[in-house]
Amino acid sequence: MQCAESLRVQAYFDGEVDAISAADIERHVANCEECRALLDDLNKVRAALRKDSSVERAPPELRAKIALALDRESAAEAPRPMAQDPPAAPGRGNRRVRSFWAGAFGGVGATALAAGLAMFLLVPRLSNPLTDELVNAHVRSLMPAHLIDVVSTDRHTVKPWFAGHADVSPVVADFESQGYKLVGGRVDYLDHQRSAVVVYQHGAHVINVFSWAANGRTLPGNATRSGYHLVFWKTGDLAYCAISDTAPDELDGLVRLLRE
Amino acid sequence: MDDKRARFEAQVLPHLDAAYRFARWLSPAPGEADDVVQEAILRAFRGFDALRGSDAKAWLLTIVRNCHSTALKQRQRRGFVPLPEENDAQDGYAMTAKTPDPQDDTIRRDEQRTLDRLIAALPEEHRTVLMLREIEEMDYRQIANVTNVPIGTVMSRLARSRAALKEQWLREAEGEPRAVR
Repeated sequence: MQCAESLRVQAYFDGEVDAISAADIERHVANCEECRALLDDLNKVRAALRKDSSVERAPPELRAKIALALDRESAAEAPRPMAQDPPAAPGRGNRRVRSFWAGAFGGVGATALAAGLAMFLLVPRLSNPLTDELVNAHVRSLMPAHLIDVVSTDRHTVKPWFAGHADVSPVVADFESQGYKLVGGRVDYLDHQRSAVVVYQHGAHVINVFSWAANGRTLPGNATRSGYHLVFWKTGDLAYCAISDTAPDELDGLVRLLRE
Repeated sequence: MDDKRARFEAQVLPHLDAAYRFARWLSPAPGEADDVVQEAILRAFRGFDALRGSDAKAWLLTIVRNCHSTALKQRQRRGFVPLPEENDAQDGYAMTAKTPDPQDDTIRRDEQRTLDRLIAALPEEHRTVLMLREIEEMDYRQIANVTNVPIGTVMSRLARSRAALKEQWLREAEGEPRAVR
């Protein structure tokens, strides 16, 4: 009923056989009507699955939750560097490494040593709290009903609104013809001040443009965190950061327009 | 940002969508996949040092499968039985994308709904193997690792799920003879 070669034909279809077996199977298929039909079916099922099934993507809310959870996790990891965690990778054990460290840290000095190490490990994170703050603010803004305080596609509405609500008055412009649609504004507490956030939409992506008084301080470097790209720049004493999960080039496109 | 976090984001987070899809194939009930994926990402982050150059996607998906079975066992221990409409594989609702399709391509959407429903109706172990092959384009060895079964089993499950899908697809195309008989 079913040709004995059907599993090999399937393996051939899936690119799992070497060249010699492939030639062998091709010879068989040429003479076996059933296997020819099978190959045809395999092709049809693949085409249908790749074209017509819904290929889902992780929803933005989940992405946001994960980014926050990772923040908490990296913050928590620093103060207890020898916590028992790892495993998970199949066939790989780091028990030996762990017990070595457990031995090294065991005893009276452990707490003091851990505290010292924690300080040491925390330093690189503390050097850039602004980047963290911005990513968190962006992620929060993607939660339902947090994105926009003033909904408007008109810059003459958004700009004056900021005057009463934020500490700074940033550039507000609509670049809809270039693909960056102004959708509104928001105020976020950032770097100890009420920063103005202008919200743009680019395709399916949200771009938040934060602005705050730089007070003469230097800005963090451009970065990518949790899949979000951050671009910083300064105009006069106003600091800006554009952040989004859109492609870096496209984010740069908006930054260029804003700086002009 | 610390170095581990940066490397994790570069190597593992690009596979977040694949992890999410896989979790959805494991349990189409809405909401469950979110928890499983979040837990898996955290576990992956904690165990990230163990990855070291091996296949990050297969590694992450293996963790997703582990988290899924842990969650399943916990639910069973608590005697939690999902509501029938949530668990009904015939429902198809669970596999349908919630974002509206901007194109008014009703025929295509119809086909998509039918196919999604048929996929959801496959037994879990068949569905996951089939989708890992066709959508994630993994090879037999990777699928065997991720699903924790021998390669021979991967091959037979693939064959069976493809045959079942084709047969049901044909039956749908002939216009619901099931309802008549």
